[in-house]
Amino acid sequence: MSNIGSYDNRLHDFSWKIAEQELGYRPGDTINIGWYCSDRICQLGKADKIALIWEGHDENSTRTYSFNDIRILSNTIGAFLRNLGIHDGDRVCLFMDKIPELYIGLLGILKIGAVVQPLFSAFGDESLFIRLENAGTKAILTTRQHAPKIQKILATLPDLQYIILVDDDGTKALKAKEIAFSLDRALPVEHLDVFPTKAESPSLLHYTSGTTGQPKGVKHVHYSLISQYLTAKWALDLQEDDLYWCTADPGWVTGTSYGIIGPWSLGITQCVKDSGFSAETWYRFIEKHKISMWYSAPTAIRSLMKAGDNLVKRFDLSSLRHLASVGEPLNAEAVVWSEKVIGKPFHDTYWQTETGSIMISNFPGMKIKPGSMGKVFPGLTAALLDPDTFEIITEVNKPGLIAFQFDWPARLRTYWKNEETFQKKFRNGWYLTGDRSTIDQDGYFWFIGRDDDVINTVGHLVSPFEVESALLEHKAVAESAVVAKPDEVNMEVVKAFITLKPGFVASDELELEIMNFIRKKLSPLAMPQEIEYVDTLPKTRSGKIMRRLLHAKEWGEDTGDLSTLEND
Amino acid sequence: MPDSNEMKKTILQYVIDEYAEEDSGLTYDTPLISGGLVDSFSMVSLKRFLELKYKISIPDERATPEAFDNVTKIANLVLEFL
Repeated sequence: MSNIGSYDNRLHDFSWKIAEQELGYRPGDTINIGWYCSDRICQLGKADKIALIWEGHDENSTRTYSFNDIRILSNTIGAFLRNLGIHDGDRVCLFMDKIPELYIGLLGILKIGAVVQPLFSAFGDESLFIRLENAGTKAILTTRQHAPKIQKILATLPDLQYIILVDDDGTKALKAKEIAFSLDRALPVEHLDVFPTKAESPSLLHYTSGTTGQPKGVKHVHYSLISQYLTAKWALDLQEDDLYWCTADPGWVTGTSYGIIGPWSLGITQCVKDSGFSAETWYRFIEKHKISMWYSAPTAIRSLMKAGDNLVKRFDLSSLRHLASVGEPLNAEAVVWSEKVIGKPFHDTYWQTETGSIMISNFPGMKIKPGSMGKVFPGLTAALLDPDTFEIITEVNKPGLIAFQFDWPARLRTYWKNEETFQKKFRNGWYLTGDRSTIDQDGYFWFIGRDDDVINTVGHLVSPFEVESALLEHKAVAESAVVAKPDEVNMEVVKAFITLKPGFVASDELELEIMNFIRKKLSPLAMPQEIEYVDTLPKTRSGKIMRRLLHAKEWGEDTGDLSTLEND
Repeated sequence: MPDSNEMKKTILQYVIDEYAEEDSGLTYDTPLISGGLVDSFSMVSLKRFLELKYKISIPDERATPEAFDNVTKIANLVLEFL
């Protein structure tokens, strides 16, 4: 029996109070996610239950942590930060691979009322600088491997006071602002006064990209727990005896909402594999740890499909009870494949960094329509709006902008230091997601695409503006335009069109040099997988680059109205 | 045809220069992809480097995470296409 039971019944008697009551929260109470995910679970009698089974690249490196371990170790990190002078509201960045300190550190930071700023460890120095500078980050927890990127930009970050190395072994001298900290060697802190955060106290700051401007810091609050708890329970169907594996990196929102907060607030055991992707490694991990609930991403699923059906047969995956997916639209073939080869279909879920929790989903027990995003989570009011008038579309199967009434607990509260952009997300009282879809006669949503130029690659949004700006910093690049290029596995990848400065000659070597330049400056995700040299870029008469023409060319679409094209 | 050891040395140096944050004691057998040092996106630039350096073309279906998982395996792959 699934947790949600009858989806239709839930629609009729829904209230967020269900989650509030189950969590023992009353409006006006203190609510601290760090406490709810550790201390409360211990108080419920699950102190000895395993909270985390962690495995590094080496399969013999497994480490396990009980909920009591998580409680004490997050206290220890919280106390350490508090002793450094970190206070409620201060931004503390987590910048490391998927090691235990990342998961436990997040709770420790929240417990002292500070705001967690998770950043993907593959970010290059420029991506890092933009986000740390915008947040005014006071401390950053990282590892020796990633610290050099911070040292490179340290002089330009006056607010950053501490670089805390969580894996320092004392063999190398510490550099400017670096402090060594080891969870293994620190004195365990049994009791910590958890900061009495309230519903609207800030909790996390996740950065996301838009079409224009720099990345935006999405501000979430501790009350988001209410949505994350209930969606993890109903949409992901996490159950008491589950061994849960969320493959997302906590540098992105899935990795925090459903890689930490959702499962741990429910007292669920989760498994983490800190290694790169390999189909064989993943299947072996499921088999070894008897994973029962698996939350992954379409790109990974398509890569598994590519690895072949015979590989699956070498492993015992019978422990799997429920599968779900997020990040990009899950193509119908992937759903059909998993049902045929693994024996269970992947359930697509839809949400965004801004929404903080699952909004649309193929719920357990509900009929899956392969290729569909599913139906709206109970309690949410969704609609498709006409892109010109922003009026509600009532016609079945007619494309429109996905919009929600802005009233669920995990919604973003604003963009950090960017209220103006936040306000632009609303039309006629609706919150606009920036995505387009249709709704069929049964109420299922079918994804069409973005309503802007943002590139969705491996489920992460890449801003064309950010890549174009970085390209212009390369000595050979005169002009640049960046668009999405279709990709069989990653859905979309970055493609750049560039014109060269006088004195530079187009060559394959230069293309590789520019690719690596962007990879190191921004991130591997933002690196153009292809660069096309052009003599001129299409522009409007006012000089604006017409990305849509280049996009249409890549996707084999109609170029549309060309009346504003510059006439050379 | 380039000497296999020389090739491994060249590839290892490129990986250190381009993908490692600092001297991390990489060897010919250090897992690059499964070890998380080189992700699938960065693999594209590594493949491009090999193709340019050794004037070969590696078919996409052969450029798998397994085939790129360490310098020894990469060198063996390159040798196949020389």
